Amino acid sequence: MTLMSVENVGFAYGKGRRVLEDISFTVPRGSNVGLVGESGSGKSTLLRLMLGLDSPQQGRILFDGAPLEARDRRYMQGYRKRVQAVFQDPYSSLNPAHRIGRIVTEPLRSLKVPGDHRKMAEEAIASVGLSADTLDRFPHQFSGGQRQRIAIARAIVARPELVLADEAVSALDLSTRVRVVDLFEEISERMTMIFVSHDIGVVAALCDQMVVLDRGRIVEAGATKEILRNPQHAYTKSLLASIPRMPEGSVTL
Amino acid sequence: MMSDLLNVQGLTLATPDKVLVEDLSFSIMTGERFGVIGESGSGKSLTSLAITGLLAPSIRPTGRVTLAGEEIIGAPEKRLVRMRGDAVATVFQEPLTALDPLMPLGRQIAGPVRRRLKRTGQDAGRAAVAREVQALLEQVRLPEPERLIRSYPHEVSGGQRQRVAIAMALACQPRLLIADEPTTALDVTTQAEIVRLITSLVEELGIALLFISHDLAVVGQVAERVMVMRDGRMIETGPAQQVLTRPADSYTRSLVAAARRFDEALEGQP
Repeated sequence: MTLMSVENVGFAYGKGRRVLEDISFTVPRGSNVGLVGESGSGKSTLLRLMLGLDSPQQGRILFDGAPLEARDRRYMQGYRKRVQAVFQDPYSSLNPAHRIGRIVTEPLRSLKVPGDHRKMAEEAIASVGLSADTLDRFPHQFSGGQRQRIAIARAIVARPELVLADEAVSALDLSTRVRVVDLFEEISERMTMIFVSHDIGVVAALCDQMVVLDRGRIVEAGATKEILRNPQHAYTKSLLASIPRMPEGSVTL
Repeated sequence: MMSDLLNVQGLTLATPDKVLVEDLSFSIMTGERFGVIGESGSGKSLTSLAITGLLAPSIRPTGRVTLAGEEIIGAPEKRLVRMRGDAVATVFQEPLTALDPLMPLGRQIAGPVRRRLKRTGQDAGRAAVAREVQALLEQVRLPEPERLIRSYPHEVSGGQRQRVAIAMALACQPRLLIADEPTTALDVTTQAEIVRLITSLVEELGIALLFISHDLAVVGQVAERVMVMRDGRMIETGPAQQVLTRPADSYTRSLVAAARRFDEALEGQP
């Protein structure tokens, strides 16, 4: 069953050059889809369209079978209940003046979700591996990895169906990154996820489906393992060949 | 000891209330490619600043840093200025901030070229400098040198800017090139090109390389010998192949395991 489908989407900023051209792919419910591309590939613009921050000039995006009406406030309120995002920089995405409890419960308030918000926040913060007293503290008291866990707790507190992650582990140190990827993997068992990233290793570890973008076009899409083993497009081949690899040899850890 | 180009002995860097790097010792031989692996806060960049004598005044260095036979710590600024260029040059992470946004690229490369020609008592006239700039642009494999010389940093790509920064470093004809996260801000295809360029230039010129990165795979491609740093201390050192396949320390093991998890995912095995 398809949760989101992007159909022949085209987009340009103002009268500028088209940054997305004829983009089509589907996101099956329960899947993890990775959108991979280098700078200028259009992946960030595509993410903006999927979040309803802009509308495509050509084509359309369907969510759960109905068009995403980015300009319809009532529609968007419902949409945000079902679709949440995690961004790259946990230092700028958390309001430094607010306690974590207020930050994590924000989607519940703005989306007017009924119920005990404190209890929901406690559940969300526990599911990202942090203790309940986190909610009474401020963002500056936490490391980058902990902040990203808080951002993830905020994204899942309203129990969305789809989480969009924009380079959500790219700013983290390797030891932290691997633990946050573990957390995403665990969470993705309960919801659908789209990972926008330039880091193909992370996408390979997390996503069963992969879409490769180059200069605003999809050059290749399909099962991640298939693409990694047998890339078809010249761009995908050169991209995969460019990734620095760990030295071979018998590994003892 | 005589063949060491760089020798660091018991280097400690501290502010009045905090020790940032503690009792660090390592050495690099002429022609050797040495890698430093570390996460944020490991002290890897501070170490490179100490080697070039560019530490902030609030950071007090103790210990010994001997570069090309001369002591860096406590050296007067005048001698350090000469050594930065003669003995060592650095390429930083972000070429956009390392380059002057208001100066054409040709003139930026010409600066260090002219200073070196004067220092070594050679012809530093316009034509001689222009010839050297042209040769450097070719050396770092930059296409269309005539156009590039007149371009400003914002008019060229990130990869081309980093090539210009490398050309400026080489203009000094240093014996040690320090590259501090030189590919971190670049796309993966550009990163691969810059890594290849740095490795081949260092080999061609027979100079030593100190390559600093958080990316284990990149360091593994570049360096023959590596050092792993954490919280200002050396955790482990050895041949790159050995450290990245059979790490001895538990922290290195966890880093290598994490890097290998993403690396193995790229195989696409079911």
